[in-house]
Amino acid sequence: MAETAPNPTQRSKPKNVRSRLLLAQLLVILVVLPYLANLIGQPALTSLATRIIILAIAAASLNLIMGYAGLASFGHAAWYGIGAYVVGILYRHSVSGDPLFGLPLGADQLLITLPAAIIVAGLFAAVFGALALRTSGVQFIMITLAFAQMIFFFFVALKAYGGDDGLIIRRRNALPFLDTRDGLTFYWICLTVAVVWYAILSRIVGSRFGRVLEGIRQSERRMAAMGVRTYGYKLVACIISGMGAGLAGALMANHMRFVSPDMMHWTQSGEFMFMVILGGSGTLLGPAFGAAGLIGLESLLAAWTENWQVILGPLLVLAILFTRGGLSGLARMIRGGARG
Amino acid sequence: MALLIEQSLNGIQLGFMLFLLAAGLTLIFGIMGVINLAQGSLFMVGAYAAAVVATQTGSYVLAAIAGLAAAAIIGMAMEYLVIRRLYARDHLDQVLATFGLILFFNQMTVILFGRQPLFVRIPPLLDGSVHIVAGVYYPLYRLVIIGVGLLTALGLYILISRTRIGMLIRAGATNREMVRALGVDIRLLYTIVFGLGAMLAGLAGIMTGPISAVQVGMGEQVLILTFVVIVIGGVGSIRGAFVGALIVGIVDTLLRAFLPTLLRHMMASGSEADALAGGISAMGVYLLMAIVLLVRPKGLLPANG
Amino acid sequence: MAEVLLQVDNLVKNFGGVRATDDLTLDVRAGEVHALIGPNGAGKTTFIGQLMGEIVPDAGAIRFAGSPLGGLDTPARVRLGIARTFQITQLLDEDTALSNVALTIQAQQGHSFRFWKTAAGDASLFGPAQTYLAAAGLAERGNVLVRDLSHGEHKQLELAMALASEPRLLLLDEPMAGLGASESRQMVDSLKRLKGRTAILLVEHDMDAVFALADRISVLVYGKVIATGTPADIQANSQVRVAYLGEGDA
Repeated sequence: MAETAPNPTQRSKPKNVRSRLLLAQLLVILVVLPYLANLIGQPALTSLATRIIILAIAAASLNLIMGYAGLASFGHAAWYGIGAYVVGILYRHSVSGDPLFGLPLGADQLLITLPAAIIVAGLFAAVFGALALRTSGVQFIMITLAFAQMIFFFFVALKAYGGDDGLIIRRRNALPFLDTRDGLTFYWICLTVAVVWYAILSRIVGSRFGRVLEGIRQSERRMAAMGVRTYGYKLVACIISGMGAGLAGALMANHMRFVSPDMMHWTQSGEFMFMVILGGSGTLLGPAFGAAGLIGLESLLAAWTENWQVILGPLLVLAILFTRGGLSGLARMIRGGARG
Repeated sequence: MALLIEQSLNGIQLGFMLFLLAAGLTLIFGIMGVINLAQGSLFMVGAYAAAVVATQTGSYVLAAIAGLAAAAIIGMAMEYLVIRRLYARDHLDQVLATFGLILFFNQMTVILFGRQPLFVRIPPLLDGSVHIVAGVYYPLYRLVIIGVGLLTALGLYILISRTRIGMLIRAGATNREMVRALGVDIRLLYTIVFGLGAMLAGLAGIMTGPISAVQVGMGEQVLILTFVVIVIGGVGSIRGAFVGALIVGIVDTLLRAFLPTLLRHMMASGSEADALAGGISAMGVYLLMAIVLLVRPKGLLPANG
Repeated sequence: MAEVLLQVDNLVKNFGGVRATDDLTLDVRAGEVHALIGPNGAGKTTFIGQLMGEIVPDAGAIRFAGSPLGGLDTPARVRLGIARTFQITQLLDEDTALSNVALTIQAQQGHSFRFWKTAAGDASLFGPAQTYLAAAGLAERGNVLVRDLSHGEHKQLELAMALASEPRLLLLDEPMAGLGASESRQMVDSLKRLKGRTAILLVEHDMDAVFALADRISVLVYGKVIATGTPADIQANSQVRVAYLGEGDA
């Protein structure tokens, strides 16, 4: 494609090569990982990797609005939790046979529940995003946090679906020809979904729409002077982002076979933000590395001491204070090639 | 009627509590441009310090002093070690760094005091009820909270509009260079302002102790409610914080108090009505925030204009 | 005489107690360069903000090509054919100069709700973008990141981006401010090439540039136009001299 363009942006070329190389390495690691885990006698690693992959989907979705469009949403866990609840509620009805909204709804098929979760999360993101986008800056951070908290309280109060205690999903949603109950199979499913989602995001980011989002991050005033009404673009980005989070939530509900309001606790939103920042916001693969880094670190610390947060907290503070751009910033600092 | 008066007073009392937190948060934001999530942690620090000293010594005066001092000292240490490096950063960095602080403070509290909540008795001097109007009695302690809140609001008003330090605060918010030109160490000024905000949060924590459990995570619950207050009132405006806090306090309390009865009248199933009422009243203030935003995106009383 | 493109009548804007725009009346004709000069704080940037719909005036009317602009937001005015440059440059610092212009062209081509096709190699964007860069004197600098460009190049890029939206009226907010002598000359040359193609409202302190470019000059003092005329008229106008000398500014 680059050959047909009269003026391809030259600087992106080596960067592209490097990121493709990184992508290839990452995929190889992810494909080998479950076998390696069995080989070294740590099969639980596959489950941990599944969790990371799922969270990486949610983090990448947040990255679209936070990293590319510069909208710091502190409520991402709400869409994630809603996606999970869609799976939980549909499962519950498929088991009990009770009508949902007076209709015989209920599903335990992944091919139904995943799209349903994506759509419902997207709808919620559309409504709340439309309101939250009336603000900007610090108000946007506060209001997304508050709205997510509101949704959290809603599910806490939703006694019909377990309230505080959440919902247990006895069996993972099924897929034709595949045994989703098998941990390894489920790992492959999540990995495939993640690869597809990242591929979609990479197209979006490189598209005209993505260019507008990056413009909005850098100077919203300039975008207006170009004749661009930014609100619609930000809203659509919020919806796509919410859909991705819903997708991740639906997978996580299947992975854990459990849904509870804790999934949309505000600290979960904070963790998503950290994944984006630590991995390098506004880069395609950053959130994946951020998710792996944060969850890996948490697991390591938790294995060491039950009071791991007392160490994680200050580490995160240090990461923000001294490595701008998270892991990639750290890597750049170590290489000594920091350009500013 | 008696219940309405009592619950309205409860709402006002919650409102003043929220005001103490919102005032600190919005003062710090308005002047230093920093959004500090750990304000909730300072609330918790104040509550714990007071609770521990009260149970150890039995002296509520000492407890209050300890709570204020602990919040102020930890607040200023926080400013010196972390917040100071965040002034020039964007709000996202500030949010994330102070999020890390919350993890630290919560876990540290668990290590020091365990997960069991601490309970503090109401000071004997302030125990009991006061006759307000015909047949309505109201707990003296809660009235004292309202009184302290009112005095603090007045004190803040005087501090900011009438004193030299208030003049510096106002000037510092709009023109750092000018304050520097006056020969004032702006760093010191910021530390003091931050300590002041911390003390306000600590004060709220101290007073909350005897009427609710002192426990880990108490700060974040109230912090998010404080955000609602600030969004409704207008970011950076103390007056907005005051109005927003009272509105949120009253709406939240009244919804929780009266919505279940109201819905039980309207719905056939009592348990469903209770569940629904529980849900709606928990979300009530957030809905209120959504409505305010629809009408006035910058809040009711924004800081400038 | 050419038709009037922009007609401003009795525009008023107060900020608190300060009257930033005071009963301002002014017109710009199709194809002309109309310079707006005045001491610092005369309200020139506020005036541009009101023309662009970034600031809402308290009173008065603005008509563009015969139709009123009241109530239209900035993007709507841009689509009608008004473009501005910023005195304090507003550029996408992390992108190349070329992709800054390309994004402007993209905005010009209609909505950007296109999610799949990659924008980076789009010849319909980057081809014309190069042309506009060249028109602003940045032909060789397209692939440099904006943050690595000099101040003067930022000013040129502002111009290229304003041109890329093919405006009928170009509002230039101090395009020479902070430029060195040779950069100023280059900017004047670029603007001279534009003369006649598009109407320009030029806010500028550099009197050499103003007299080199302007067909008409208006003098703004304390939000009020105190004189309008040809460069020769303005030079001869004693009131203007007093206003300027009184301010101790040039």
